Amino acid sequence: MIAADTRPRLAPKARLRFDAKSERFMLLYPERGMVLNPTAADIVKLCTGELTVSDIVVRLTEKYAPQPREAIEREVLQFLNLMADRGLVRTEP
Amino acid sequence: MNAGGAAGGAAEHRPYTLVAELTYRCPLRCVYCSNPLEYPRHRDAVDTAGWLRVLREAEDLGVVQVNLTGGEPLVRDDLEALVAEAERLELYTNLITSGIPVTRDRLARLRDLGLDNVQLSVQDVAAGPSDRIAGRRSFDRKLQVARWVKELGLPLTLNTVLHRENLDRVPEVIALAEELSADRLELANTQYLGWALQNRRALLPTREQLAQARAVAAEARRRLRGRMEVLFVTPDYYVEFPKACMDGWGRRFLVVSPDGLVLPCHVAHTLPGLAWESVRDRPLGEIWRDSPALNAFRGEAWMPEPCRSCDRRSTDFGGCRCQAYHLTGDAAATDPACSLAPTHALIAAARREARDGAPVAFEYRTRRVGART
Repeated sequence: MIAADTRPRLAPKARLRFDAKSERFMLLYPERGMVLNPTAADIVKLCTGELTVSDIVVRLTEKYAPQPREAIEREVLQFLNLMADRGLVRTEP
Repeated sequence: MNAGGAAGGAAEHRPYTLVAELTYRCPLRCVYCSNPLEYPRHRDAVDTAGWLRVLREAEDLGVVQVNLTGGEPLVRDDLEALVAEAERLELYTNLITSGIPVTRDRLARLRDLGLDNVQLSVQDVAAGPSDRIAGRRSFDRKLQVARWVKELGLPLTLNTVLHRENLDRVPEVIALAEELSADRLELANTQYLGWALQNRRALLPTREQLAQARAVAAEARRRLRGRMEVLFVTPDYYVEFPKACMDGWGRRFLVVSPDGLVLPCHVAHTLPGLAWESVRDRPLGEIWRDSPALNAFRGEAWMPEPCRSCDRRSTDFGGCRCQAYHLTGDAAATDPACSLAPTHALIAAARREARDGAPVAFEYRTRRVGART
């Protein structure tokens, strides 16, 4: 379960790549891939293992002003928990 | 590739995955090998420069993933060069291997060059039955390779092909995958083409075996969520409707065989009457777009009834063309695996045989049977 103080990190099996054809970022992992919308790509780029979810929310709140922080936090947590369920984002060191 | 609708529209026939069959050579002799029966007739005809060009042209076409496979890709000594080029092109590289032969140093080198994932096959959970399927002592070495992969920080997919002899041991396969800290476990039921079709009577499970294994896998998937991805691939012989083979013919997957042929799947060159083109003769992009063989089963114009008027025709694309041909003699027939197919009785008969038939011996993958089929 990912919470505000979790430091999410992209799983070793996953790789982010910009796709020139769709002009979107893609997250690639064994035998699969998903096209990320711009917000999801921004979240994934910040999953470095160093930033907490709160840090990520702060950065995205600046970028996506004037959207409210609460809405962004909700979206970030929802997305990251989905990714963690799929083993694409790790929470342990 | 579940890339979703975002890439749709004009990208209908965009290949996302290149399956690079680098060679049909392999030290193992697995009784369900998906390589064609006459594999020795196909030479490794694409040299290093040729494969490097294939990688570049595939990336141009939209490919983002490369499966380096075979045969056993590790028998090629230019694997390093291919991984390095794939890394330069930002392609996701998955090495699909038996783990024989490889050293820890070579794995470390491949990791440093940018290899993204290792998919290692184990045939069973103990040396006896595993080596029996592989036709060679290999199990202990495979476990060693799995440990090296994890020690080196590479993601590990464990792949076990399931059949009547090992389906009841799916709980032990899952335990082995956990013990090895696999990131992903593929419990892939045998697809009955190539050597597996030759050995179908010895391999096809019963419905009860399958149902039990599927339930065990579903429980493990819930329990291991977030830690290990658990896939269970059902065999076509026990489904109501066929799978969308390769996500549809010539849509998302592009296969290049060891002799350089551009194919929609790894078995399509066993279909008669289709003139496959080689990457040695023409740019990959032209072949992908224009090859009459690749266009033969794209879209819906080729479909017979009951596919042509079926609601599922854009879901399963009529099933597997190779299965249709190898079971009915007609590549344009509805896949017999479909319960609506006029030839579905063939599948029902095979299932009855699995339930009631006497045990039969395996025929191992060998060069001697080269001329058959």
